Amino acid sequence: MDIAHHAYADVVVVTPAGRLDHTNAGDFERALLPLLEPGGRATAGVVLDFAGVDYISSVGLRVLMIAGKTMRARNARIAVTGLQPIVAEIFAISRFNGVVEIFADVPAALAAISPAAAAARAAGAKDGGA
Amino acid sequence: MKGVRFWGTRGSLPVSLTAPQLRERLVAALRGARGRDLASDAALAAYVDGLDFAVAGTFGGHTSCVEIETGEPGYVVCDLGSGVRPFGQAAFARHGPSAPQTYHVFVSHLHWDHIMGLPFFVPAYVPGNRIVVYGGHAELEAALRRQMEPPSFPVPFDIFKADFAFVRLAPGVRHEVAGMTVTTLLQRHAGDSYGYRFEKDGRTVVYTTDSEHTLGDAGAMQAFVDFFRGADLVVFDAMYSLADAISVKADWGHSSNVVGVELCQRAGAAHLVLFHHEPASGDAQIARLLDDTRRLEAITRAGAPLRVTAAYDGLDIAL
Repeated sequence: MDIAHHAYADVVVVTPAGRLDHTNAGDFERALLPLLEPGGRATAGVVLDFAGVDYISSVGLRVLMIAGKTMRARNARIAVTGLQPIVAEIFAISRFNGVVEIFADVPAALAAISPAAAAARAAGAKDGGA
Repeated sequence: MKGVRFWGTRGSLPVSLTAPQLRERLVAALRGARGRDLASDAALAAYVDGLDFAVAGTFGGHTSCVEIETGEPGYVVCDLGSGVRPFGQAAFARHGPSAPQTYHVFVSHLHWDHIMGLPFFVPAYVPGNRIVVYGGHAELEAALRRQMEPPSFPVPFDIFKADFAFVRLAPGVRHEVAGMTVTTLLQRHAGDSYGYRFEKDGRTVVYTTDSEHTLGDAGAMQAFVDFFRGADLVVFDAMYSLADAISVKADWGHSSNVVGVELCQRAGAAHLVLFHHEPASGDAQIARLLDDTRRLEAITRAGAPLRVTAAYDGLDIAL
């Protein structure tokens, strides 16, 4: 699975899309976890932009749990943004809204996690990048 | 198969309402009755029936014991939790001491909450009764005897007058028992547990409790989907939230409502029954769990609807 990702200063923004279920959660895990390895750019945190995710199953949520443990082990943060209404309900019912931080959108998450990353994204946006 | 009756639905430890909790419910019910015309018994009954279950009822109660009504002579029950005491009393009241019965007992595993009711199972004390205990554990008989040894219990297992037999069932093999085809599945739980799939007359009931699901193992998950395939009823361990089950309570050997819905949806099962309730959960929490689970089923539904029920002591489900 190819998942789009972009580093802004010390935060990596990952943008999966579609359904995250038992048919592709393994691919999601294999694509996501290497981005979080020590020595990578995600030193302050990782933001998962879920605006394009329309369903996530328990197997997909398990990947978020692993990612969260990985980030918290080195005092970094994990956030999810742009939850579609159904996905937001799945987070609430599974009690995952207490596992990861949830923000309305990527700028809000970056502002909370790293001013440097927020500034880098803003500068890139002005340039038409990102 | 005619139906399933729940005699014990609580996980780990029996619980009961306290007097202050009961008083709180009575106050809530009476508060709602203000201004209503409840002069007749019928109006009273209708009013009570319209109250929330967490006000007018209780999930209970006893630890695991589920009866399967096969439509054949004899009884079939899953597990010997404290719920087997009222089950045994009801059977004894029905038949008395002079009409011997056969009891087929399927034991998921040997943890205390699943065997603690046996010393209080009246039919075990009645000569002529036949009690056949099925399970996957080699220590099945030893575990039932051990809990009645000093200093844990005042009388030994051999005080029972019924004729006991113990039958070990190998997983994955179709066994013919009590007119049913019975298949077992090894489940992830400390000391192992076994799920049961009962088939008869074109009806299928799955009893799967004390089972933690390894979400990262696609093969193991598929094995559960296959085990649940087309079931009319799945009695499922939904003790924890998904988040707890895979974090702070990982390796505690239990599952969640979310995984229950997903497995049943993938398997095309018709009815999911949430079971083995967390003993720390009050009735309002379990009622909320049920609401959440029904909502999850609705928003994730891709095929036929999956009916969702939260088990309670005294629940009867016709098949």
